[in-house]
Amino acid sequence: MIHSLFLINNAGDIFLEKHWKSVISRSVCDYFFEAQDKAGEPDNVSPVIRTPHHYLINIYREKIFFVSVIQTEVPPLFVIEFLHRVAEMFQDYFGECSEVAIKDNVVIVYELLEEMLDNGFPLATESNILKELIKPPTILRSMVNTITGSSNVGETLPTGQLSTIPWRRAGVKYTNNEAYFDVVEEIDAILDKSGTTVFAEIQGVIDACVKLSGMPDLTLSFMNPRLLDDVSFHPCVRFKRWESERVLSFIPPDGNFRLMSYHVNAQNLVAIPVYVRQNINFFETGSSGRVDITVGPKQTMGKTVENVIVTIHMPKVVLSANLTATQGTYTYDPVTKILVWDIGKLNQQKLPNLKGSLSLQSGAPKPEENPSLNIDLKIQQLAISGLKVNRLDMYVEKYKPFKGVKYVTKAGKFQVLTVPSHV
Amino acid sequence: MLESTKESLKLEAMKRVVGLIARGKNASELFPAVVKNVASKNIELKKLVYVYLVRYAEEQQDLALLSISTFQRALKDPNQLIRASALRVLSSIRVPIIVPIMMLAIKEAATDLSPYVRKTAAHAIQKLYSLDPDQKEHLVEVIEKLLKDKSTLVAGSVVMAFEEVCPERIDLIHKNYRKLCNLLMDVEEWGQVVIINMLTRYARTQFVSPWRQDGVFEENSEKAFYDSDEEKKEGAAQTKPYVMDPDHRLLLRNTKPLLQSRNTAVVMSVAQLYWHLAPKHEVSVVTKSLVRLLRSHREVQYVVLQNIATMSIQRKGMFEPFMKSFYVRSTDATHIKTLKLEILTNLANEANISTILREFQTYVKSQDKAFAAATIQAIGRCATNISEITDACLNGLVLLLSNRDETVVAESVVVIKKLLQTQPSQHSDIIKHMAKLRVPVPMARASILWLIGEYCEHVPRIAPDVLRKMAKTFTSEEDIVKLQTVNLAAKLYLTNSKQTKLLTQYILNLGKYDQNYDIRDRTRFIRQLIVPNEKSGALSKYARRILLAPKPAPVLQSAFKDRDRFQLGTLSHTLNSKATGYLELSDWPDVAPDQSVRNVEVAKEWAPGVSKTKPAKSDDDKFYSDSGEEEEAEGSDSGSSSGGSEDSSDSSSGGKLWARMCARGRFMSLNSSSSEVIHVVHCFCLSRLFPVQVSSPVFVPVRPHELLHRMTGKGLAAQYHFPRQPCIYGDHMVSVQLTFNNHGDHALEDIHISEKTSTGQSIHCFRPIERLEPEASVTVSVGVDFNDSTQAASFQLCSKTERFSVSIQPAVGELLLPVTMTEQDFSREQGKLVGMNESSATITMAPETVSSQPVSKKVVSVANVGVVPSGQDNVFAAKLVSSGTLVLVCVVQKDSSAQLTVNTERTVVGSMLLRELQTALSSAP
Repeated sequence: MIHSLFLINNAGDIFLEKHWKSVISRSVCDYFFEAQDKAGEPDNVSPVIRTPHHYLINIYREKIFFVSVIQTEVPPLFVIEFLHRVAEMFQDYFGECSEVAIKDNVVIVYELLEEMLDNGFPLATESNILKELIKPPTILRSMVNTITGSSNVGETLPTGQLSTIPWRRAGVKYTNNEAYFDVVEEIDAILDKSGTTVFAEIQGVIDACVKLSGMPDLTLSFMNPRLLDDVSFHPCVRFKRWESERVLSFIPPDGNFRLMSYHVNAQNLVAIPVYVRQNINFFETGSSGRVDITVGPKQTMGKTVENVIVTIHMPKVVLSANLTATQGTYTYDPVTKILVWDIGKLNQQKLPNLKGSLSLQSGAPKPEENPSLNIDLKIQQLAISGLKVNRLDMYVEKYKPFKGVKYVTKAGKFQVLTVPSHV
Repeated sequence: MLESTKESLKLEAMKRVVGLIARGKNASELFPAVVKNVASKNIELKKLVYVYLVRYAEEQQDLALLSISTFQRALKDPNQLIRASALRVLSSIRVPIIVPIMMLAIKEAATDLSPYVRKTAAHAIQKLYSLDPDQKEHLVEVIEKLLKDKSTLVAGSVVMAFEEVCPERIDLIHKNYRKLCNLLMDVEEWGQVVIINMLTRYARTQFVSPWRQDGVFEENSEKAFYDSDEEKKEGAAQTKPYVMDPDHRLLLRNTKPLLQSRNTAVVMSVAQLYWHLAPKHEVSVVTKSLVRLLRSHREVQYVVLQNIATMSIQRKGMFEPFMKSFYVRSTDATHIKTLKLEILTNLANEANISTILREFQTYVKSQDKAFAAATIQAIGRCATNISEITDACLNGLVLLLSNRDETVVAESVVVIKKLLQTQPSQHSDIIKHMAKLRVPVPMARASILWLIGEYCEHVPRIAPDVLRKMAKTFTSEEDIVKLQTVNLAAKLYLTNSKQTKLLTQYILNLGKYDQNYDIRDRTRFIRQLIVPNEKSGALSKYARRILLAPKPAPVLQSAFKDRDRFQLGTLSHTLNSKATGYLELSDWPDVAPDQSVRNVEVAKEWAPGVSKTKPAKSDDDKFYSDSGEEEEAEGSDSGSSSGGSEDSSDSSSGGKLWARMCARGRFMSLNSSSSEVIHVVHCFCLSRLFPVQVSSPVFVPVRPHELLHRMTGKGLAAQYHFPRQPCIYGDHMVSVQLTFNNHGDHALEDIHISEKTSTGQSIHCFRPIERLEPEASVTVSVGVDFNDSTQAASFQLCSKTERFSVSIQPAVGELLLPVTMTEQDFSREQGKLVGMNESSATITMAPETVSSQPVSKKVVSVANVGVVPSGQDNVFAAKLVSSGTLVLVCVVQKDSSAQLTVNTERTVVGSMLLRELQTALSSAP
């Protein structure tokens, strides 16, 4: 299956290579560089590239290209999914998935890759198992190791590997037993100039941080499970019980994990928490333009909207911006042509406003397309879909855990068009 | 440093070497120094040496052989992790000389007790095969053996090996088909992908098509899609009714939940399975999940969109409700945008075209010009597909001609040209309009000129005028425009020579002295062709036919039209060309092959009459049920119905005996106090049958388990516990006490068990409870023959009005009955049960447990065993209820650690018991 892996940074250096079968020369990456040149931006590189003898499947994450070499037929998603797992594992182990972190921990990276694949077929990809085999680096541990000479490598096979719950390590012990669940929802929306919703949907995830001793068996139930339209689960969730009773019953992995992600039924009207009144004009004469944007809260269910940021990709001809903001600060980067207005908290009484003029390149024709606005926001203690966790029960273990649920709503891909829609 | 005596220095050195390898530097000259450390005690050092060995062994074959003996030794190590990693490295060293050694090691590992080692063996098969394909025959044997393995851990890997080594040996799958289907839920995600893909291929060869014979791919139109159900019924009435093979249904049913997997590859593989195997009206269950994948990473989107594009050509209806999900965002990468555009175009029909066109209009204005151009092409395709909107599209495109951007204009002209070619007669006004345009883009100007030339008969008045204008500016035009001007001139000369003769000659003269030789050539050629003179001969007669031949209209169709020849989700599909190792999906067979090949003989699960006289079963029989138990133990956790489909064939014959025993049971009163009396009687009976005496169990607090929650039971709650008494209903049964509580507000009547268990165990039911008042509770006891396996016994609990499916899950320790024996007997029996039958582990005990009293307490709390009076150690003995096999447990303490040994012929029970005891003993009280 996966033959080799090359890690390539943005500058085009191959800084790590690993082979699971016989060695493939790194010159195979030339085909990749060729495709990269052609694509221009890293995002535009095709994930699957064909070369005369091999196939290259690559992903781009955290400014690193993970390029895997394939020789025979394999489902491409299989490889892509695996590469993302590798990236996540680095993130998990080193706190960040960056070139520096990988270079600093090259031995652990190598040990990890060795355990994750055997002959190109995934062997252990559960973080709980890997952490028992290879302990993640901490300053304390590396100090202890240098003194005592003990190693980072586990000596026995993690019990999880053999059981049907490979995601949980055995013998977990905590003095404080706690289980936290974060319900995070993102609104994806496109609004047109008049504020009408062209498209809106809610995507949510439940991220969990479970630190419970032993083998707890948890059951999480919702007040209104009918809201959930489409769900996908961590393998620990018992699907049968979800189908019959609409409760999440599971033996959790130890530590952080994503319990489920869901999609809220699109038929229910999506509450849009903010409205934007905006006017961006470019004048034919005088090579200038005008900006006037006001943001105000709409359906917020009594909660405050925070971290509001408006981002605008200006057309190429815009040279500079001279604006005044009644709240927050704005920056305009003349190189990337991105105008960012960081508003912060939305004030009910005094609506924040950004007003002023743009100067355009003289002589250039006026841009034909008005830029669209990307909105970023955050609402604490609210799941915009109205989803509510009812209760969490624990079975098997005897102690009383500390439980907590947090709700956050964020803007996902939230766009406001400045062109009137063609209704 | 590698030669150093200090471990830490060596380790440091090895880390640097690995760093070199990682950066792709050559470190091969260190081989001799590194290979010496292969036998190191330090496990991390050892692992790094392994990494090095695997990387360079191919280059330094002779030196690599030095390390082989170390691996051979490690293959016998009691630690399964070490055994497995030794096999991994041994098989990864690509040195042809050691092929026989590898073969031997693989064969041995394939029968290893640890499923992890067996999994490694499955991987090693592929490695050996790629090293030496001549070994295929032997390897297939091993694969066949491993395919029978019931561990979920092994399943994925061995199927992978099967696909690599012998995908043509489909006959190996028959017997394992149902097992694989049932295990699928519990296999790790990567294995699921491989198994699902393999089963897709398998199913296509073994089942008949669920699609109607007359219209396999005719469901392009939406109507057919929605009506397919009804039509199916009609069709069924006419032809012979189609009945889906239950195995086919099993596969579809068991894969469906996996659509909810977090692993995108699993979801995709289930989607393709449904696409290729499910009846047409069921395919749409995958839609939602596929659309969900679009929220994932860019690369995932790319692959999924490609597959959706192929699907949407055949089945618009599937994705139409989700049209908005394919709307392009300005932040999408170009290839994603293009794919979304492709899908939107495929989805377009009369009903939604106006929405789609409106969306397209926004895209045309996009700053990404390549994308805008692609949009114009998409509009063109919509216009040809849906005749109602052709005019509207044309008008829209004509408007775009005034766009400032060159690419947009050029693309519009090209698309208009294509559209006009399909129906030129009606659109002479558009041609006229275009003729009047002053388009700055040469490509577009050329296209306009070509159009006018081609259809000069439709615009007889304008065409010469255009030519006149072009003649004026001819010298300053781009080459491509000049060529088309020459073409136009020639065509006009042939159709309307009166008006244009002079103009044509003027242009030809200009062209003759052009700087570009292409144009000079063309001019010369045209002149010879159209102007009759003595030299031109026969060719000029045909000039009209050559130049004004009717040209076929270009077909505007999806680039994904022919992709369905590849299996969805494969690399070949993504690349649209056959990748190495691609396995074709065969067509449905006309007649299904014999389906009985998939039948698996079920081992006699319960045979009371036989085992009364013969306490020990025959060996091979045991082997079968042993491995069954392992699977069940693993499968039971996530609630899958493993083995559920393997109907026990002997249930009917057992049924009669069963009835007799029920009758006998009715004479005895059912409450627990009287069972004590019977217990004594029973001990007596048993003592005659077995060489060992059953003793009374050590008292442990009752641990109730929930059978039925009051919420699900609509007021009726049930709990069960194991009273650890020999069962009064049969020698092979475990007695279980059920306690019913009525939490509801009205009395429940006639509570009973429906006799049938879905899992094949026999159950002796209690007498129906006639009436249970609210807040009242009643305890009854039942007997269940678990057949010495921890598979849950599922049955239906019925009241007068309701039925509830419930199951009793026995712990392995409850399948035992304590026996008494002397210490001498114990050591004699233990001596017989060594080797394979012994499993042991060292545990560290919590300090509180060090004294002997708590140890025995803990052991008996886990398992129903009897204490054997002995000197210093904790020794326990028991027998399995159903088969009567002895189970011996021994705990030898040394300070805070203890050696735990379990001896029994039933190795699976042994290892499970060991595991349970281990956890119990190592935890604090």
